[in-house]
Amino acid sequence: MFSNLGEKLQNTLRRLKGKGKLNEKDVDAAMREIRLALLEADVNFKVVKDFVAAVRERAVGHEVMSSLTPGQQVVKIVNEEMTRLMGQDQSTLSFTRGQTSIMMVGLQGSGKTTTAVKLASHLKREGRSPFLVAADIYRPGAVKQLEVLTESIGVKSYSNLEEDPVKICSEGLKMAEREGCDVTIIDTAGRLHLDDEMMSEITEIKNTINPDEVLLVVDAMTGQDAVNAASSFQEALGLSGVILTKLDGDTRGGAALSVRAVTGCPVKYVGVGEKLDALEPFYPDRMASRILGMGDVLSLIDKAEASIDQDKAKEMEQKLRKQQFTLDDFKDQIAQLRGMGSLEEIMNMLPEAGNLPKEVKQMSMNEDNFKRVEAIIGSMTKGERQNPAILNSSRRRRIAMGSGTTVQDINRLINQFNQMQKMFKQMGGADKKGASKKMKKMKKRFPF
Amino acid sequence: MSLLNQFKTSLARSKSGFVDRLGSLFGSGEINDEFFEELEETLVSGDVGVQTSLKLVDQLREAIGNQKVKEREEARKLLIQIITDTMSSGENSTLADQKPAVILLVGVNGSGKTTSAAKLANLYRQQGKKVLLVAGDTFRAAAIEQLEIWSGRAGVDLIKQEPGSDPSALFFDAMNAAKARDADVVIGDTAGRLHSKYNLMKELNKIYRVVGRNLPGAPHQVLLVVDATTGQNAVAQARSFNEALALDGLILAKLDGTARGGIVINIQDELEIPVSYVGTGEKIEDLAPFNAADFAHALLED
Repeated sequence: MFSNLGEKLQNTLRRLKGKGKLNEKDVDAAMREIRLALLEADVNFKVVKDFVAAVRERAVGHEVMSSLTPGQQVVKIVNEEMTRLMGQDQSTLSFTRGQTSIMMVGLQGSGKTTTAVKLASHLKREGRSPFLVAADIYRPGAVKQLEVLTESIGVKSYSNLEEDPVKICSEGLKMAEREGCDVTIIDTAGRLHLDDEMMSEITEIKNTINPDEVLLVVDAMTGQDAVNAASSFQEALGLSGVILTKLDGDTRGGAALSVRAVTGCPVKYVGVGEKLDALEPFYPDRMASRILGMGDVLSLIDKAEASIDQDKAKEMEQKLRKQQFTLDDFKDQIAQLRGMGSLEEIMNMLPEAGNLPKEVKQMSMNEDNFKRVEAIIGSMTKGERQNPAILNSSRRRRIAMGSGTTVQDINRLINQFNQMQKMFKQMGGADKKGASKKMKKMKKRFPF
Repeated sequence: MSLLNQFKTSLARSKSGFVDRLGSLFGSGEINDEFFEELEETLVSGDVGVQTSLKLVDQLREAIGNQKVKEREEARKLLIQIITDTMSSGENSTLADQKPAVILLVGVNGSGKTTSAAKLANLYRQQGKKVLLVAGDTFRAAAIEQLEIWSGRAGVDLIKQEPGSDPSALFFDAMNAAKARDADVVIGDTAGRLHSKYNLMKELNKIYRVVGRNLPGAPHQVLLVVDATTGQNAVAQARSFNEALALDGLILAKLDGTARGGIVINIQDELEIPVSYVGTGEKIEDLAPFNAADFAHALLED
């Protein structure tokens, strides 16, 4: 999710780690890079300023200077500040004894309707009985969209295109009660925070139904403007939480930090796909350590547990940790990995994945390559799979013939595999030479 | 309303934050390092992106040196000129004189493709063209109904199939229908997709190929719809969509908010994909051709 930001912070902080002692100049250089990395990640510039100031203040003091491992100390401070900014603990919805009502608000196209249904589906799985109200009478087809989606998850809904949204909402609540449902989710129309008329409409809805939760739906790809919309909605309605959508893309998602900072509201869920079950809880601590490039191994294990059996997940994790990853394992895992999501997604959860050469990342993007890789490995002898070093040119030619590929394909795969193995090694011990070389390369790409 | 005015009205509200800051930066006062630093930050806060902002500021420094500019107000005019020059290639992006001319709208989820398709249909309809809309988003629930309502409002025909049907097949049929009905312009909506989803991008490429096979030379214009509130990720979007099917331009949607849409400078700079249109509201007529000078002026005027 935040892999790119993590990549940059990793590079900045690794340089700190490399030095014995830090002086003010070092800290300033690191802070400058953190500042720029956060800006590139779409964190609002004011939030960045505050964040960097807080980290700097703590870093320059004796805390770092007298520490035995200054780099680690800075990482710790950045991590703590990041976690503090994102909210310390995982936050959940609050339910009242009888009827709970949840209102979804946000800009056009942020994903309110889809998220409303995802939330209903999630609550249904938790054993609650949700009901949906479609109060978006403005966007053509919005009510129909909600109807189709709710039907597909077996949840009842209410709307009335002839009524005004305030009336629809109060009617909807009554209907939910009659249907014996205990949670009502209200999908409102997308609106611009500048639109006075629409903002007063939503304020009226809020005052009429007095919901238990008002959730702001925010597109994870939002840029600097995230703070403007969020603070306007906060002012008008008093938000209780945020749902971050479209986090399954490659956005750095700095909006999460910005919105959290200006509203003070916790992110309660994240949307991670187009399917109606693609809604996950938000873990601020995991996210913070992930931003810092320490890897999101916890989420990786969660994911593994959800899609493959636990023994295999443990086995794989151990293999990754013990660096006993062979071509055979590689092939074995491909089928499993495909069940877990894209290889790239998994790579991004691993520590130091930011170091992965571009070719490896690109390879994992392409599902066709999976098939090719399977065919190539399948055409190798057992010995070759255990020890790819014995692959001379005649062996490579044979494998190419056997797998219907070319020698270049074989070479590429072996290169990629070697790079992966190297990365796994780096996860265990420190390969400082290689890292600093990559740093130089990275520096060239990021001139600041 | 003249285009310039329409543009200004839409930007008037959105510029309050960003431009007020620029306003205070310019005016009187000498040009020093602090001025450049603040300027850089202001551009970044308008989603222009760090690298592009640095580049613009460097260009400004050079121009100031060459022309011996001393006043901030003059520096402002120079920056307007620099941004105008960078963005000019998007103007006058007209359709090839093809019949039917095929336009394809692509983009990530929620960027505003369906609404933009309707607005574009309305625009061509008003020019007296026979327009055909294609409800190519067969995935999102009720996306077809949404475009159906819009096509009624715009008074144009709609080609559609059952929800969940193969979009490539739909576009194949749509090309036949366009030829049979003697349409001037075909506007194809597509399902929103994140650019990082390999299979969905492949699906889009297939649509592209199928359209081209059934009607050589088509699609004549592929437009990426970008939400003006999008941050740096818009560059990655443009990059990936441009790889899947060569983009001809952008529609910068939702510019009536407080977002600056500065990211389009970044896209122009890196990928040379110009902005063709801007979306300025929720009404069907709220779409204006892009004008670089207006954009730069509205962006930097007090």
